[in-house]
Amino acid sequence: MTLMHKILGTAAAFALSAGAALSEPAMIYDLGGKFDKSFNEAAFAGAEKWKAETGETYREIELQSEAQREQALRRFAEAGLNPIVMAGFAFGSILEEVAADYPDTKFAIIDMVVDAPNVRSIVFSEHEGSYLAGMMAAMASKTGTVGFIGGMDIPLIRKFACGYVQGVKAANPDATVIQNMTGTTPTAWNDPVKGGELTRAQISQGADVIYAAAGGTGVGVLQTAADEGILSIGVDSNQNYMHPGQVLTSMVKRVDVAVYDAFMSGADLETGIFTLGLAQDGVGYAVDDNNAALVNDDMIAAVEDAKAKIISGEIVVHDYMTDNTCPVK
Amino acid sequence: MDVMPKWADVVLIPVISLVLAALLSTLVIVAIGEDPVAAVKLMVTGALGSTYAWGYTLYYATNFIFTGLAVAVAFHARMFNIGGEGQATLGGLGVALICLALPWPHWALALPAAVVGAALFGAAWAAIPAWLQAKRGSHIVITTIMFNFIAASVLNYLLVNVMRPTGSMDPATAKFPPGAHLPTLHDLLAPFGIAFSRAAPANISFLIAVVACVLVWLLIWRTRLGYEIRAQGHSEPAAVYAGIRPVRIIMAAMLVSGALAGMMAINNVMGEAERLVLNSVEGAGFIGIAVALMGRNHPFGVFLAAILFGFLYQGGAELALWTNIPRELIVVIQALVILFTGALDNMVRMPLEKLFLALRKDRA
Repeated sequence: MTLMHKILGTAAAFALSAGAALSEPAMIYDLGGKFDKSFNEAAFAGAEKWKAETGETYREIELQSEAQREQALRRFAEAGLNPIVMAGFAFGSILEEVAADYPDTKFAIIDMVVDAPNVRSIVFSEHEGSYLAGMMAAMASKTGTVGFIGGMDIPLIRKFACGYVQGVKAANPDATVIQNMTGTTPTAWNDPVKGGELTRAQISQGADVIYAAAGGTGVGVLQTAADEGILSIGVDSNQNYMHPGQVLTSMVKRVDVAVYDAFMSGADLETGIFTLGLAQDGVGYAVDDNNAALVNDDMIAAVEDAKAKIISGEIVVHDYMTDNTCPVK
Repeated sequence: MDVMPKWADVVLIPVISLVLAALLSTLVIVAIGEDPVAAVKLMVTGALGSTYAWGYTLYYATNFIFTGLAVAVAFHARMFNIGGEGQATLGGLGVALICLALPWPHWALALPAAVVGAALFGAAWAAIPAWLQAKRGSHIVITTIMFNFIAASVLNYLLVNVMRPTGSMDPATAKFPPGAHLPTLHDLLAPFGIAFSRAAPANISFLIAVVACVLVWLLIWRTRLGYEIRAQGHSEPAAVYAGIRPVRIIMAAMLVSGALAGMMAINNVMGEAERLVLNSVEGAGFIGIAVALMGRNHPFGVFLAAILFGFLYQGGAELALWTNIPRELIVVIQALVILFTGALDNMVRMPLEKLFLALRKDRA
């Protein structure tokens, strides 16, 4: 019954407002599910923040299959939901087709550029944030060996890894970086046990700071690093609180802000390509009470200096996506 | 053997299992504070209530028909092919290579080529476990499962490193040329004046799946090879005594099985996504096992069971779209149906057998 109310209500709202649509926004989570402690959960946090502040409601769906991408987009668009925000690059090619069929609906896509007049494309400069995380890792390391554990072996995670390695080498050219990916199936995003095993393997090779860019798998990396007495670096959300005093920092990617902004603008969503990098505070490193003892003034000074230089263009962090290669290993 | 009349085995047991699964699902929905009647209504209208809904239901069913047939054929030789997932993954690779290789002028040319490519790649992926089983006695369940992981890794490597267009974030191939676009049911039914939904992904592959059902029936019950497969399945020593070579039968059954699983790719890769993405199979290979179990390894049973699972998938998607039932619970509902129809078969069967025995004694 609530469904019929919703549809009728939306239709009525359309009829009354005639153009200036007053409708619910919609959020579509990717296959990982909204409670992945990372990417999708950050999107969920942004939507919930909007809900708490405005007191309004939104529709959401967690996808279960690839075929549902187009289905969810079309059904939400036909139900008059506006704007429709989707988290994940995998929507890209489908949105290109769907957006053209619903010119009055605004769409926002995170992590992908879709060139259409009614689409806001939000992309993050993860390589810049990871660069700063890499610098901090190299400065905090005593052994000169640091680690990287990725989730699934996809280009986006290689972009994280490439920025990280560049940062490490910038702070300590002699440092060694050990890289591992958790797996090749989507379960790689949610396998904390394997994350822990990889952490132990990297520790046995001398790593004493490990950066996890692996969704739910990272929980296992951070846990094992804390158990073994080495430092770890969290990702996407600020994960410093998970093991106070043992997480060096977190490379935050403000997916929540992107969703919140899109919901706030409502049907008047400004479209175009929005790149959120260090300059826009779309990515960055987290310092709070939990890790204050781990970072010293030299570290902050060096990282802030690099940040300013990246923003001014003096340092260019190579983006893996531009040519599918990374200049440093 | 004939404790029960055949209709009880074929119709009554699945129906009772479904009713039990539905009752438990109702309890689950009530327990989380949603209205079960509204939920069922939503599932039924969402999966069967319009041509759009049927388009999705039949799309999923097409996948399950192919993987269900694959499991069924192998099972007639008592081979448990758990590798449908990997074989369908490789089938997708075959379809993608063929669709991207040439600027296809028309789907009527591209489709037969893609069917051959999908079947060849799927069969090739089944060939190695089959050979290991036939020659070395390595258990087919173990090897086919392991080959699923190898298939996922191979595809991941190829999509991320080789087949992905430079600069694309998505680990997927480029879009197939327009000439490789398969007609959907909308295109096929329009000449007959039937307005089928344009948005639904069901396509001509569904008809191919139906043809595959008929061909599998012919193979198993109307050919010499089918007879040999069934003989081998019932008793290998007896088959050997009759002059049947087990190695040949194991290879033949598994190659046909792998080819059928691979052919699923013409539906999901060529018909729906029109490009090869990671994880395009999405568990359909495993659902095929439940479909074959429920369909009693008969092509017509597989067809009906596949439609049922298509209904569950599409109905579940509608629940996820329009209610607050979390997707984990939708998976629970789907799992209950699998549990009752597949794993708990004897729970319904044994009391029923007793009942029929008692009835027969009364009559005697």
